Amino acid sequence: MKTLFLKRKEPLNDTQLLMTITIAIFFIMYILAIFLLGGGFLHPQQIFDMLNDNASLIIVACGLSVVMIGGGIDISVGAVTSLVVMSCVLYLNKGGNIFVSLLIALGIGLAFGLVQGFLVSYLEIQPFIVTLAGMFFARGMTTILSVNPQKVSHEAFNDIREKRIVISWLGYTANNGARVPARIELGVVIAVVCVILVWILLKFLRLGRNIYAIGGNQQSALMLGINVKRTRFLSYIVSGLLSGIAGYVFMMHTGAGNATNAAGMEMNAIAAAIIGGTLLTGGVGNVIGTFFGTLSLTTIKKIVVSSGLNAPWWQSITTGGMLCFFILLQSVVLGRRSKKKQT
Amino acid sequence: MKKKDGKFSLGSLGQLTIPLIAIALLVVFNLIRDPGFFSIGISHNSNGNAVLSGNIISIINGASELAILAMGMTLVTAACGGQDISVGAAAAIAGSVFVKVLKSGSGISGGTVILAFLCSCIVAMLFGCFNGTLVAVFKIQPMIATLILYTCGRSIAYWINGGATPTVTSSIVNGIGSFIPGIPIPTPVIIVVVMALLFKLLFHFTALRLFTQSVGINGSAARLNGIDARFIKLLSFIILGVCVSVSGCIGVSRLGLINHETLLLDIEMDTILAVAIGGNSLGGGKFKLSGSIIGAYVIQTLTITLYAMKVSSTDVKAYKAIVIILLVVIGSPVIKERFGRWISHLRQRRVKVSAKGAEEG
Repeated sequence: MKTLFLKRKEPLNDTQLLMTITIAIFFIMYILAIFLLGGGFLHPQQIFDMLNDNASLIIVACGLSVVMIGGGIDISVGAVTSLVVMSCVLYLNKGGNIFVSLLIALGIGLAFGLVQGFLVSYLEIQPFIVTLAGMFFARGMTTILSVNPQKVSHEAFNDIREKRIVISWLGYTANNGARVPARIELGVVIAVVCVILVWILLKFLRLGRNIYAIGGNQQSALMLGINVKRTRFLSYIVSGLLSGIAGYVFMMHTGAGNATNAAGMEMNAIAAAIIGGTLLTGGVGNVIGTFFGTLSLTTIKKIVVSSGLNAPWWQSITTGGMLCFFILLQSVVLGRRSKKKQT
Repeated sequence: MKKKDGKFSLGSLGQLTIPLIAIALLVVFNLIRDPGFFSIGISHNSNGNAVLSGNIISIINGASELAILAMGMTLVTAACGGQDISVGAAAAIAGSVFVKVLKSGSGISGGTVILAFLCSCIVAMLFGCFNGTLVAVFKIQPMIATLILYTCGRSIAYWINGGATPTVTSSIVNGIGSFIPGIPIPTPVIIVVVMALLFKLLFHFTALRLFTQSVGINGSAARLNGIDARFIKLLSFIILGVCVSVSGCIGVSRLGLINHETLLLDIEMDTILAVAIGGNSLGGGKFKLSGSIIGAYVIQTLTITLYAMKVSSTDVKAYKAIVIILLVVIGSPVIKERFGRWISHLRQRRVKVSAKGAEEG
């Protein structure tokens, strides 16, 4: 990535600038954590743990970034994730097929994407209201399906769930002298594949370029002959599908369905996307940035916990503080640039 | 003429059409389902006061916090073209400050309650200032700017409480939350009326309404006309802060305790919904406070109706979502246009038919 930037003669555009800042701050933060808090952060497993815990959040945030780059917002993602988890768990516990459960997950995500996308793009209803209703609907449906937590008791699925990618040379030696290899969950692989696919979609496919165009300026996009409505519709479908996948990954991680699953995930995903340099106004953003945004969000939480601030309120207060810092930084940086352009 | 035909509207109600239709539909539905749904009775509460009771009272009473927040939110929406999603969290902070001040003195008298309210008001206004500065000075979208407080607000409230959920037992606080002895109307309803009157007076004696609308429609044009757009945006957030502290205090007084996790939970979503159902554009510009207030009552009527139909409190959301989608689909510009075209088409056909009939006759 770095060499790519250095070779460039022309200055970075907004998207690249914000992404570079995010990645730089993530590395600075991580290196500081290593120096100040010591050993724990040096183990590669620390990073893998962060990925293991947040695979579904990364996927959701990717989908949300696509919608946000297109100038919309989708706050139903967390609730859809929760609904997917609950329905798949209930289906598997009835002795269902794993492949069919995957189809159910994708189907639910696709259905939400289709309906919300249709309402937003073709009926021109405000995206916030539509996806808010979608969120209410998904949360309500989750509790209608089951109020009690459900554990997956499907053997074949549990076998897949327990599978880890073991990399022994990245492991560390525990206190008792035993060698603990690094373990990565399958969900992380899915998340990374999703990030790469969405990156390709946004970078190289016509749909991706169109999404940037309608987010940047809808009128100009329309005049360039881009089908604005269809592009927006498709962006919601991408987000819906990704939240379906995220639900499946979430289930693989927790192995249980609960009505409060993924509570507040939508706001975490929005925060991750913003930290990653996506603007809610649309037209600016990148999934690689979102990926690092999610990692930054997790790192700050880990730092708070390991620096001994154990009171339950510190985590969200520091998260809020970091969000504030990033938002202000973006505002100042972009404000300066636009002033420079004018003069 | 063509424009008039193309737009579907009922008389001069305009913006209020959708909320009024919604509330009428809900009332009719309830009357069909249970004719006694809207009966009002007089019962005696635990203190022995004669008070009004019945579903309609619980609807109007229960929507108080929502209505007050909706008023402030309308102003913010109109001025900034975005919504404040931190009202629930800010209300939790305001409620915590209210309880903290009440608890700090030895006893609770009328004076301490007023002092506590003023303190919570100031704190809420400060947080409003914070949000407002981000929006007005740094030109950040309201939803993102308030996401900060949304993320950490309830934790700050928890911190103020010192990790506990303190209770307040006082007849005065109880009076604010339920009934003042001798008055059969619930106190929160009276507070809503007072707030609505204050807003009415504010709009009557100042040009705030005009300024807010012009800032919302076109900020730079308003600036060129000598309106300080920044100040108007900031002011709208500060006014929302006052609304937040009032509803936070009502919420605390209702229960007699402050629980930072559950106080006015998810109210930000309901508030934005109330503003939208009230026919106000979420993109800023023209607004009607009455629409938002009716919107708040629509939401509460819907909730109470669902409760009366024995839907459990966790499942209510799903049904609410369906009704919301129906409402916004009816209100969507595309559907309106299609419907208007269809009606004018029918009219033209009828005119043609009658003209033909006249020729033949």
